[in-house]
Amino acid sequence: MFGKLTLAAVPYHDPIVMGAVVGSLLGALAVLGLITYLKKWPYLWCEWLTSVDHKKIGIMYIILSLIMLLRGFSDAIMMRAQQAMAVGASPGFLPPDHFNQVFSAHGTIMILFMAMPFLSGLMNIVIPQQIGARDVAFPFLNAVSLWLSVAGALLVMVSLGVGEFSKAGWSGYTPLTELAYSPDTGVDYWLWSVQISGVGTLLTGINFLVTIIKMRAPGMTLMRMPLFTWTALLTNILIIFAFPMLTAALLMLSLDRYLGMHFFTNDLGGNTMMYINLFWTWGHPEVYIVILPAFGIYSEVVATFSRKRIFGYTSLVYATAVIMFLSFAVWAHHFFTMGTSANVNIFFGISTMVIAIPTGVKVFNWLFTMYKGRVRLTTPMLWTIGFLTTFVLGGLTGVLMSIPPADYVLHNSLFLIAHFHNMLIPGTLFGFLAGFAYWFPKATGFKLDETWGKRSFWCWLIGFYLSFVPLYVLGFMGMPRRMQHYDNPAWQLPLIVAAVGTLIIAAGIGCMLMQLFVSFMNRKANADTTGDPWDGRTLEWATASPPAVYNFAVIPEVHDIDAFWDMKERGLAYARPERYEDIVMPKNSWHGFVLGVVAFVFGFAVIWHIWWLAGATFVGMIAVVTARGCADDLFMVIPAEEVARIEDARVRPALPGSAG
Amino acid sequence: MTTAQMAHPADAPGHEAHGGPGNHDMGEIQAFGFWIYLMSDLIVFSALFATYVVMAHNYAGGPTPKDLFELPAVLVETMLLLTSSAAYGLAMVAMHKGDPRSVRLGLMAAFALGLGFLVMELAEFHHFIGIGAGPDRSGFLSAFFTLVGTHGLHVTFGLLWIVVMLVQLSSKGLTAPVKGRLTRLGMFWHFLDIVWIGVFTVVYLLGVVQ
Repeated sequence: MFGKLTLAAVPYHDPIVMGAVVGSLLGALAVLGLITYLKKWPYLWCEWLTSVDHKKIGIMYIILSLIMLLRGFSDAIMMRAQQAMAVGASPGFLPPDHFNQVFSAHGTIMILFMAMPFLSGLMNIVIPQQIGARDVAFPFLNAVSLWLSVAGALLVMVSLGVGEFSKAGWSGYTPLTELAYSPDTGVDYWLWSVQISGVGTLLTGINFLVTIIKMRAPGMTLMRMPLFTWTALLTNILIIFAFPMLTAALLMLSLDRYLGMHFFTNDLGGNTMMYINLFWTWGHPEVYIVILPAFGIYSEVVATFSRKRIFGYTSLVYATAVIMFLSFAVWAHHFFTMGTSANVNIFFGISTMVIAIPTGVKVFNWLFTMYKGRVRLTTPMLWTIGFLTTFVLGGLTGVLMSIPPADYVLHNSLFLIAHFHNMLIPGTLFGFLAGFAYWFPKATGFKLDETWGKRSFWCWLIGFYLSFVPLYVLGFMGMPRRMQHYDNPAWQLPLIVAAVGTLIIAAGIGCMLMQLFVSFMNRKANADTTGDPWDGRTLEWATASPPAVYNFAVIPEVHDIDAFWDMKERGLAYARPERYEDIVMPKNSWHGFVLGVVAFVFGFAVIWHIWWLAGATFVGMIAVVTARGCADDLFMVIPAEEVARIEDARVRPALPGSAG
Repeated sequence: MTTAQMAHPADAPGHEAHGGPGNHDMGEIQAFGFWIYLMSDLIVFSALFATYVVMAHNYAGGPTPKDLFELPAVLVETMLLLTSSAAYGLAMVAMHKGDPRSVRLGLMAAFALGLGFLVMELAEFHHFIGIGAGPDRSGFLSAFFTLVGTHGLHVTFGLLWIVVMLVQLSSKGLTAPVKGRLTRLGMFWHFLDIVWIGVFTVVYLLGVVQ
């Protein structure tokens, strides 16, 4: 009846896990209780859960991402604490079994359930407005993507209290993840959570590619697109090319585990390195999937807060495109030690080094944009400057490791860990946090508190260096990654320093939460009434904050790269049309949310081999999709009078001469 | 699962005058999105093809393609699938002429031929498993069953979709949304042909020639 699931799957004996489970459950109950107390269920259902509005979907994505950031970061603290104490006779506080789950969950969560939803969230909030569109190409599909991502994230969270998570690392290398070596459900949780959310990501990629190609405002040629839109376009191309590889690799691993096939097993003709190749043909582009949009955010932020057009727009676009192409030609640098010939390794080594060139071009673009600009050191700008300095350091260590003989020495050492955190934290996370602060007033209608934002930034920056510079040193001292316990006492001091650094980052996250709280309490004082709080340059600042459901009452015409700046200069911004027209918008739909719920139950049933439930939910998914596929009445009309009423309520700043 | 969710990507009115948000042509946008989906699906297949090619000789002492494949039967299968596509093409011609009866006839023919293909494939699988050449026998057979089976699963979803469209055709007639869906189903159905040509060549022909 319940497959492999018994009451023994709940880890009662482990106080740390149970503490986390009880904490999460209490948090969830508190939120649910509050919603019930405030009688907000109908509001939540009508305005959010069934919404197909890209702005609301974006906000929900970012909420998901911030929750998963807290979860992934608590894993990081546990690892740093364990390694700071587990030397010699001391076993530390995490048994190996648990420690392995912690590092596997940390990587999986941070890449797939923190960075990816954050990216989808920012794209959702910004892209349609930046290109002067009223919605994405497929609003309903957008909701499906969101709820599949939530379903995947929920599976990871459930693994905390029911069964266990994978102990085989976020990359799930075979043959360790094969049934022979990982007979428990941990790997299955990893497989299905990543698979389900991966389908959601693929749909997002298709959706935004079509949106950007087909739905731009008149006059916005490709070479007039804002840089965030450009980087998002290239990222979505990467998603469409790379995520199917992951789908296929995970499918084959699932078939090995569920049907006894021999793709990646040690015996009967399996080929374990095939998995690792397939995984990294997705995995390396994935790095650029999360980092290119951050480059786009930096480009927007640096231009706005330097009050200058971005330096070398064309070269930035081409540099990004070159990175996109090269990202498919470097995957083997993740396993130079596989044992291919020297010629294969040197090909991948050189292509890796070549990527540093377009990336270097970008760094100079950003620097020259600031040069002789009127730089305003707001929080988004601080994140950008912090990124520039820190990221260059990470890039240099990457070039160092791209030399295959050097990689043979540094492979799987903490040097590697320091390197990729040095790319992903300043490269991706700082960028997303810059975008978060930059577009927060657009999404919510009020600005974030600058004081707490700057405190958060400094804690993050200092904490980052303290956490990861010691790991570079430890790499040179020969410490491998993923050690639950070690005997070399010389490693302990740097590990303690790294743990202190992580605590400082924790303070940075505390400041972020405080910032959200303070800003919310002062939302009246911090309100953005104009829709253009930063004196922005691109079209998203032409809408109200928060924007009306249709974004633009009249679709703008674009004549310049900095379309809104151009409109302000020519005095066309905020101009009222003679009359408004009816606007057609998609209706809300329950199908997306229900599909996410059913997909979650399907994943859970497959993980625990509850076959009747898996079958029923599979049929259920097909039924929901078919029901939606047969629906015709999907649009509603907002009458012109209603549009006029909404637009008249909007504050229209008189255009000052400031635009000069 | 991917296919199930993708079988009907966002549906909106077809080529109606006012179109969707922002007055874009929804029919064209949906067709473009569906092309992109097909391309991503093709990448799933390319990963499976690559894996098959890498593992094509990992027999692990088990049966080889020469022991298993019977080309005449595979040729019949191929013909069934290709004729099914041709029948679908005729249905599309009828759709453009606005003749729902012929559309129904074409869809039914496409369904019957596709079902014939699927039954033959399942019979082949059943036979292999019966003689001890199942997917758990060797790396080669794992790759074979997964590549061919994934194509078969797509055909299954395609058949399901044809049934759904037959029902819509009866209940709604040839409305703009129905026409849009029929167009995208056609793209899907022909796409499966192209993948099958690859399977026929790489798996069956090359397997027996070697």
